[in-house]
Amino acid sequence: MTAPFGRRLCQVSESRATGGYRLFSLIDTDGPEPLPGQFYMLASERHWEQGGQRPFLPRALSVAETGPAADGVRLDFLIEGIGPGTDRLCELQPGESVCVNGPLGNSFSTPRELHQISGPPGRKFDAVQPSGAILVGGGIGIAPLALLRRSFAAKNIPTRVLLGFRDAAHSGGLDELFSCCEIRLASDDGHAGHHGYVTDLLAAMLEGDDAASAAVYSCGPPQMLEAVGAMCAEAGVACELAMESPMACGYGACFGCSMPKPGGGYLRLCVDGPVVRPDQVELAHA
Amino acid sequence: MPDFCGIELKHPVINASGTFDAIAARRVYGEALLADFPFSAFVSKTITPEPRVGNEPQRIWETPAGMINSIGLPNKGLDGFLAEDLPQLADLPVPLIVSVMATGHDEFARLVKGVGERDEVAAIELNVSCPNVHSGLIVGEQPAETEALLEALRPLTSKPLLVKLTPNVANPAEVAAAAEQGGADAISLINTLKASAIDPATGEPGIAAGHGGLSGPAVRPVAVAQVRAVAAVVRIPIVGMGGISHGTDAMEFIHAGASLVAVGTENFRDPRAGNRVAGEIAGALRADRSGAPIGDTA
Repeated sequence: MTAPFGRRLCQVSESRATGGYRLFSLIDTDGPEPLPGQFYMLASERHWEQGGQRPFLPRALSVAETGPAADGVRLDFLIEGIGPGTDRLCELQPGESVCVNGPLGNSFSTPRELHQISGPPGRKFDAVQPSGAILVGGGIGIAPLALLRRSFAAKNIPTRVLLGFRDAAHSGGLDELFSCCEIRLASDDGHAGHHGYVTDLLAAMLEGDDAASAAVYSCGPPQMLEAVGAMCAEAGVACELAMESPMACGYGACFGCSMPKPGGGYLRLCVDGPVVRPDQVELAHA
Repeated sequence: MPDFCGIELKHPVINASGTFDAIAARRVYGEALLADFPFSAFVSKTITPEPRVGNEPQRIWETPAGMINSIGLPNKGLDGFLAEDLPQLADLPVPLIVSVMATGHDEFARLVKGVGERDEVAAIELNVSCPNVHSGLIVGEQPAETEALLEALRPLTSKPLLVKLTPNVANPAEVAAAAEQGGADAISLINTLKASAIDPATGEPGIAAGHGGLSGPAVRPVAVAQVRAVAAVVRIPIVGMGGISHGTDAMEFIHAGASLVAVGTENFRDPRAGNRVAGEIAGALRADRSGAPIGDTA
């Protein structure tokens, strides 16, 4: 299913604070339901570029949750104001319109698909029953994993969720996005769950007997993704990462979202990603 | 129906080179892209004799009403372009203009001959914002270098040759006149303005290369001034561009002397910007009978 060609206006149906973030919903009357990992380029219809200032370019946001609405598809986005574009999107009020381009990019594979892609030569991964999915999210990076979790639940794929946050103020979105499943938490300040990194929780889980047949899915800060990719490579566990990069267009035009490939050259995260396997990118340089 | 160097176009809006990848866009949007193609001619991303991977990230940086880019001309090289990209670009429902760049006359000649002999190609745009390896000078900054390049390339193809001017010169009209003298069929301008921005978080340039090219509405008044200056000295048609995001912007360029306009950075914000601007121009021309006749440069 391809994205409708061009940008369209979608109305904000809801916007509210959740922890240190905001969650806003758009009603898309024209587009298809997005797949987990896909993203949209978003710009508010009003107060964007006007006055010759920033924000100027649309911002790429992955979908945290979606579902049917009375007159289309509801798209939920989790956002943190960290600059002029995200600040403006945080201010959105119900009834406002947003310029939308998407859904864009690829989506996560199922554990079975990922094992078939990632299996080493000579090893019949397709004959292995995957033991399930391990979702590893950090901060605002929990967003695409929320939609992925629900998608796996609908497919009866056993899923364990590990989430890490800086502090209590930033553990928002949890109740709303992961309310119905078992999660293990880590926090930098120790306010909730394990006092330390979420990758500590992953390391313990990868020592389990069934780890090799699991599949890891992760989204979060670049250093976290680098660690997750390295840990999975070390343990021989199939893995997909949803990555982020500055991008102007989201559909392959600007070549701004380049990500180094092993052996040289770059891929474009918008059309070749944003979901990539660790062996497809040079994570240390991301 | 504009006639541009003998090429019939449906409307006066094309794309600026490097701001729309029709092959990637078709992957994203499917056949709807072809049914509603935004430009009346498609200008390819610049190709070079050999493949280039492009610059290391970070490549783009948002600025007030614009952006800076330093992409580094990633492309498959001439052979890769002809074998892999050209057959796909030939599927587009509009004439194809191929942008080429090299660092010497011999290499430029290889590109112009290689591209020019293909029936799928309607015209060739010469990106002259590059140094001549022999003289060390940026070709497009020097009228004599530009004229010499055109004189070397003109006999090699019967296809129209456009020269894409850099705005980073004191007198672009001199360069345009030299290009016309050397045999150019059209002038396109402006390329991006040399620019830098400092990341307040690091105190270092936001672009890894240290600087790049500024585009977007911020550059429009500079572009309009340069198009006016060039239009005053050449008789060949002009493709005007620089920060066009709406038909009213495009009309500035048309009134300044452009026969066609190109949309660049606005494509990033609106993939259908080309069609939209074309419709807005048509509306403006209906409303403004004094508008310059588009495409008629006689």
